[in-house]
Amino acid sequence: MSAVTSDLVAQHGLTASEYERIVERLGREPNLTELGIISVMWSEHCSYKSSRVHLKKLPTSGPRVLVGPGENAGIVDIGGGYAAAFKIESHNHPSFIEPFQGAATGVGGILRDIFTMGARPVAVMDSLRFGLPDDPRDGVRNRHIAQGVVGGIAHYGNCFGVPTIGGECIFEPSYSGNPLVNAFALGIFPKDKIFYGTASGVGNPVIYVGAKTGRDGIHGASMASAEFDEESEEKRPNVQVGDPFLEKLLLEACLEAMQTGAVLGIQDMGAAGLTCSTCEMGDRGGSGIEIDLRRVPQRESGMSPYEIMLSESQERMLLVAEKGREEEISRIFAKWGLDAVRIGAVTGDGLLRVRNNGQVVGEIPNSLLTNDSPLYDRPAGKPWRSAPLDGPGVAEPSTRELREGLEALLASPDICSKRWIYEQYDYMVRTNTTQGPGGDAAVIRIKDAGVSLAMALDGNGRYCSLDPKEGARLAVAECCRNLSTVGAEPIGATNCLNFGNPEKPEIMAQLVAAIEGMGEACRHFQTPITGGNVSLYNETLGQSIYPTPVVGVVGIVDHMTVPLGIHFRRSGRSLVLLGGLLPGPDNRAPRRFGSSQYAKVVLRQVWGLPPGIDLDYEKSVQAAMREIVRQGLAESAHDVSDGGLAVTLAESSFGPAGIGARLELHSDAASHYLLFGEAPSRILLSVPPDDVSAVVELASRFNVEAPLVGETDAETISVRLNDADLFTTSVDQMYEPWDNALERMLGQQ
Amino acid sequence: MKFGVVVFPGSNCDHDALYATTKNLGESATPIWHESEDLSGFDVVVLPGGFSYGDYLRAGAIARFSPVMKAIRRFGCGGGLVIGICNGFQILVEAGLLPGALMRNPRLSLICRTVYLRTETVESPFTHRLERRRILAIPIAHGEGRYYADEGTLETLEQQDRVAFRYVTPEGEATPEANPNGSLRNIAGILNEGRNILGMMPHPERAADPAMGSTDGLLILQSMASDFAASR
Repeated sequence: MSAVTSDLVAQHGLTASEYERIVERLGREPNLTELGIISVMWSEHCSYKSSRVHLKKLPTSGPRVLVGPGENAGIVDIGGGYAAAFKIESHNHPSFIEPFQGAATGVGGILRDIFTMGARPVAVMDSLRFGLPDDPRDGVRNRHIAQGVVGGIAHYGNCFGVPTIGGECIFEPSYSGNPLVNAFALGIFPKDKIFYGTASGVGNPVIYVGAKTGRDGIHGASMASAEFDEESEEKRPNVQVGDPFLEKLLLEACLEAMQTGAVLGIQDMGAAGLTCSTCEMGDRGGSGIEIDLRRVPQRESGMSPYEIMLSESQERMLLVAEKGREEEISRIFAKWGLDAVRIGAVTGDGLLRVRNNGQVVGEIPNSLLTNDSPLYDRPAGKPWRSAPLDGPGVAEPSTRELREGLEALLASPDICSKRWIYEQYDYMVRTNTTQGPGGDAAVIRIKDAGVSLAMALDGNGRYCSLDPKEGARLAVAECCRNLSTVGAEPIGATNCLNFGNPEKPEIMAQLVAAIEGMGEACRHFQTPITGGNVSLYNETLGQSIYPTPVVGVVGIVDHMTVPLGIHFRRSGRSLVLLGGLLPGPDNRAPRRFGSSQYAKVVLRQVWGLPPGIDLDYEKSVQAAMREIVRQGLAESAHDVSDGGLAVTLAESSFGPAGIGARLELHSDAASHYLLFGEAPSRILLSVPPDDVSAVVELASRFNVEAPLVGETDAETISVRLNDADLFTTSVDQMYEPWDNALERMLGQQ
Repeated sequence: MKFGVVVFPGSNCDHDALYATTKNLGESATPIWHESEDLSGFDVVVLPGGFSYGDYLRAGAIARFSPVMKAIRRFGCGGGLVIGICNGFQILVEAGLLPGALMRNPRLSLICRTVYLRTETVESPFTHRLERRRILAIPIAHGEGRYYADEGTLETLEQQDRVAFRYVTPEGEATPEANPNGSLRNIAGILNEGRNILGMMPHPERAADPAMGSTDGLLILQSMASDFAASR
């Protein structure tokens, strides 16, 4: 076995002082296999060494939280004896190197995190960030990445049989060399049937199930913990290859095996594969695990202990069973055509002991690999920002410019219909989807529990690049607002924190501020973070992505009927702008307009600050919204976000009925702020005339403004300000460019 | 009526078919494991959607060799009702129980959306409760649904009134725009010569519950559950 040199240490991404720590804790030099094992567990991806200090500031408990962070997924009580397990996780680095497989295995990984807890996955959503598809220099690559990622997600989710019911997709130059693929999954199960990734009972067998181990994905976790450079494409062999069919079999076999009562603990082999699952299960159970690699099913011959321990081959699980019941388990796996092999046993010594053909090739205390990994409170300076605080003086646009601005926004990649993406996903399988993609929140019914769950993902990197704390607060608020439009009460959240290199103080400062903002908002909306993932080093050639904290919130509705949609259904309905024209502090200031889609798309400049938000007011708006839904007072409800009120109005018109509206505003604010400003805390409602007074009254009870801003109108969209016409256009004319834009951008090679 | 829903490794819509036939239709239904060769006691066999055997090689190409398919061939030849939905349709075609082939969509990716179908014949146990030219809103979700057959086969299907459904506009016109996957003659579903085996790409079990936005698919299930002979 080769001696460990300082070069070797550096190649494993460990610093000299980290290596000293290893030698000190082990009481000796590690061998190569041990060095590999420790290096992946101490990688940023597995150890959270730069973020752990700050993640502690997030709220993680609440009345419905059954399992918080630290397990494979968080779990909340949804009533009726049932629980939901959910989590979001990034697969950014692999998706850049090999978009199709990178994204596919991202979905595969998060699905295993859900069913390893005993839950059957019933929903997937994805938060995606790509470079601009029409970028003159990188457009071809950006399109290739977007096409590959969408194809990979579709391939895995469709074949596995889980509906992909929503998500978000944003295009910004900063993601050009570093796309983001954050996959969310949610599963359902009886709340007394939770399984944990824990190894207990000395002598109990440790059983390996699922796919065979190959050389794929070795050092995937370490790759995800470093920046990219020109040679990054050579890391393609580090990307795993997914087989959704095998995962489907693994799901059915695992759920069936769990029914027997013989399974005591179970964990998927994700990042850091066999290494991570063995030491984490041992550590959680306060025990040790001893395995013999000779027994590990292998796809290739001649694999070294180092390679077997670090392989990230997909579709594998590790379980600890009750001694003497191995046969029962292997029978079930054999029925599904899968391997189930006893590779070792639980011990009482707290060590991860790896043998190869009987000979010990590695022996490390579990604690050294888990809790005892390095912890850094890295220096944080002032958050880095690229945009100026003050932008150009923006003159009030002409009425023609307003109309053309709306057209440009509707056909822009962030705002246009995402139909080209979501039609590639089976979003209906399992016949639970009562509101699929294209709405504010996705909603599924939970047949067994008699309730519905609403969920949404939100994150705005542009806002966060201007003010990470406010951007994170806005993301949580918008996510909860999305849920309120379908009447759902938020009950829990998960987060994926995508940032650049934390060793740079100005990047670390973004992370710290975003966590602070997210924590504050999550406390405010009572949505504890039950788990999630941190993805750092999202940089290529020293260029960081926009700081992009993504939050996923799950909410509950106490019935299973079809929720209120975003689309106008009949003409002659009153428009109510719940929340008011431009609520929130300071949202009439030019600086606040610089973060809008109008600034980005039409003025082609970004400056200033994100919209300001008053969290108390926001909470009142959401409470009023839920009450309006409960009383059935509105026919449609659509949250005002990207592109502002004008875009919300147009999107509300793009339903099957094609009903437009006359928007009539009365205000002394400038027309472009009113139409395109992105102040939060607003929801556009269409209300039958008879119910208007009830809505207004209800809103005032919550101290929420609810001005009447016009009425729905067959086939045309027109806008008036202070009794003067601004513009009139037809729904069809606005619809076509909105509907086809993404297909035009991404449909061709 | 007793429905059986076949479960292949990789079947995904088996739960949905069981739910629709029991909860929405109100009949009894149980799963049939793909290794079973015994279909006694079943009145209807459903081959559900999904990715049987991962759809490796070609959709349905491996599933056709399953033990249960031998039993289904016997069951179908004896007049038993068989409906293949999506992947089930692909399997029936691969097994030679229905003519033609289902090729990859022109876009080479899966398409999931609700489409409109026109009922072309009511002379079958699957459609006798419908009216001819009745328009149904039913979802599709497939990557290999482009129906293809040679000209002679297509003519035979038409002459024998075996085209069950065509993709149409909401108004009922079989235009190229209404055809989501390039199927020849907008064909969405066909019958065998004995009219007791139906294959269709759209998913009637996804349109069998008011919560799913359409109950048009339930009409097909209801037809199957009621006596066709007595209705003539």
